[in-house]
Amino acid sequence: MPPTNYHLLVCAGTGCRASQSEAIVQALHEALEHHGLLSHVQVVRTGCFGFCEQGPVVKVMPDNTFYVQVSPLDAEELVAEHLVKGRRLRRLLYADPLTGHAIGDASDMAFYKKQIRVALRNCGFINPENINEYIARDGYAALARVLGELTPEDTIAIIKESGLRGRGGGGFPTGLKWELTRKAAGTQKFVVCNADEGDPGAFMDRSILEGDPHSVIEAMAINAYCTGASAGLVYIRAEYPLAIKRLRHALEQAREYGLLGENILNAGFNFDISIRYGAGAFVCGEETALIHSMEGGRGEPTVKPPFPSESGYQGMPTNVNNVETYANIPIIVLKGAQWFRGIGTPSSPGTKVFALAGKVNNVGLIEVPMGITLREVIFDIGGGIKDGKKFKAVQTGGPSGGCLTEKHLDVPIDYDNLLAAGSMMGSGGMIVMDEDDCMVAVAKFYLEFTVEESCGKCAPCRIGNKRLHEMLEKITSGHGVPEDLNRLRSLAQVIKDTSLCGLGQTSPNPVLSTLAHFEHEYQAHVNEGRCPAHRCKDLVHYVIDAESCIGCTLCARACPVDAIAGDKKQPHVIDAEKCIRCGACLEKCKFGAVLLT
Amino acid sequence: MAIVKIPQQKLEALTQICRSHHNQAGELINVLHAAQQLFGYLPAEVQEVIANELNISLAKVYGVVTFYSFFTMLPKGEHPISVCMGTACYVRGAEKVLDEFRRLLKINIGETTPDGRFSLSCLRCVGACGLAPVVMVGDRVFGRVSPDKVPDIIHEFAPEYTV
Repeated sequence: MPPTNYHLLVCAGTGCRASQSEAIVQALHEALEHHGLLSHVQVVRTGCFGFCEQGPVVKVMPDNTFYVQVSPLDAEELVAEHLVKGRRLRRLLYADPLTGHAIGDASDMAFYKKQIRVALRNCGFINPENINEYIARDGYAALARVLGELTPEDTIAIIKESGLRGRGGGGFPTGLKWELTRKAAGTQKFVVCNADEGDPGAFMDRSILEGDPHSVIEAMAINAYCTGASAGLVYIRAEYPLAIKRLRHALEQAREYGLLGENILNAGFNFDISIRYGAGAFVCGEETALIHSMEGGRGEPTVKPPFPSESGYQGMPTNVNNVETYANIPIIVLKGAQWFRGIGTPSSPGTKVFALAGKVNNVGLIEVPMGITLREVIFDIGGGIKDGKKFKAVQTGGPSGGCLTEKHLDVPIDYDNLLAAGSMMGSGGMIVMDEDDCMVAVAKFYLEFTVEESCGKCAPCRIGNKRLHEMLEKITSGHGVPEDLNRLRSLAQVIKDTSLCGLGQTSPNPVLSTLAHFEHEYQAHVNEGRCPAHRCKDLVHYVIDAESCIGCTLCARACPVDAIAGDKKQPHVIDAEKCIRCGACLEKCKFGAVLLT
Repeated sequence: MAIVKIPQQKLEALTQICRSHHNQAGELINVLHAAQQLFGYLPAEVQEVIANELNISLAKVYGVVTFYSFFTMLPKGEHPISVCMGTACYVRGAEKVLDEFRRLLKINIGETTPDGRFSLSCLRCVGACGLAPVVMVGDRVFGRVSPDKVPDIIHEFAPEYTV
């Protein structure tokens, strides 16, 4: 009989579900039944643990054991060893990449050591589909405190004092935004949650809604009480079916418990939330575009002022905040502004959630105090660069941001420092690139995105970005000329200066920042017809080194266009005319004989 | 207005969708989502019905349909393949995976195979960046896909395909 009542937490976020976490839950149930433990052990489907690289993840509480890359076939052994015999199953523990030692307790893992979980406090800990688990973690206590003890002004003062800034990317002070909406005149007001997470490579909003939907609902209710709104809207991407499902479920539970609806907590306060679906338009992350989309129209931005706080949804004062911003609110109300200010930097208090991805060992969702350095994030938490390659750059702020390089590794991360370094916080995407990534191609990749996502309303963004993209296409295909670099710079500046909304104003950033930090790569493309990272197909040539080639014929068989000739046990030769530069030969060769020039 | 191609039963379902949203113009996007789920895509005839029901111009409906990438006016294949081209997948080689699908299925992005089995598109980030590069076929997610796994994925849905 197990000495304690165990909980098996199984990650049921989108990432782990894609790798069979649902089957693991079933297998664990079967194993528990087999050992007669069903009544002593609870299997809980939680939100994301963040360590997506090692998923699917199963965590055993109360001893905080962290099992990685679990397969349904492991369930029986896991239950037999850990729960019946009371010893950790070493085979499934996370091995520290430096020492090779298996780590039992999650809090000893380098990935978690430097993290502070504020917005993600419940993600991976509670069952998001059970409101009681949220309540057990002080859920809705902040709403009760606000409705019972505080005036709207008091509450706004707490949020202002905390220094919380918008986590969607803009960094506008949240308390001030609330105050503006409160002071605006209107017969009806709205609070909106922006869950239109459009930055490709950022998934914190999705994870929060999947793992802790009630924190957002509670915060929206607090926001409504402060601003005088009676209706809330969540604008969410239709591409997030699981987040939508959990949010709907949470809304129903909140209504059942009287935490939404009429006369909430007997305080005479009425508020309810409905959902509006996005339909795949990056520009809808911009407040005014988002509001037009919620009204059923094309999501095109309009000139500010008037700001949504004066005239937003249906022409009424509207307060728009992002998911992560909301997730911070309840805990600030409970623990106080001073507690929050104790984390982070003076100008950017608190934490930030980043989606760490790309060429880094530990891909995942992390929450770190503001002021941490990129070096700590990438090398300590992220575990360094994949396959022992060399770090080249990290892109923050998505398509609106810029790249940061080796010399920025020790800059403390906050809103202002990132701006000063030529990038921006953005929603928290952090894509790490290594020596094999061509920065010109990366800039082209982001421009491709912007060209596709430009709403087309204003000319600088619609036409200018298209031209920028064409120039980059020309450079990466080997037809660039030295003057192109100045043309790129001046056009980029015009687009920045003259576009209507944030999308256009920031769209040239990837070009400008790669030009600033990696001009030599652009130079190599236009002056020498060479791609230093060997990434731009038209500038790469595959050859076989006759000395290393042993004539095993693997490459010739892998070549999809029969461009490789040679007899068995004789050095092979690639016909450059036929070669489509797919790289299949390079991947197959075991002797390092395929070279790029 | 001649509405010829929509079967009566589906036409009724469509007007019912509009009615359940109170025929309000502000619900246009929600109506389009439901309609696309019903028909698989949003052909001109469907847009005409919606415009009539919500009492807005067809131009407005068409404008919204073409603005959002989630809405499509072309029918998708039986097995719609979407290659994630989010940044995380891109730097881990999604382009090569996409090229391999194009080469093997002999279709381009946005196209459907002549037999209607597969269609190919790109999407921006499903948020499973730990599994990059990611490919979705229908509702199924395939993680850590490399070009040499592409034939296996195609075969799983169409064993008779010679690729």
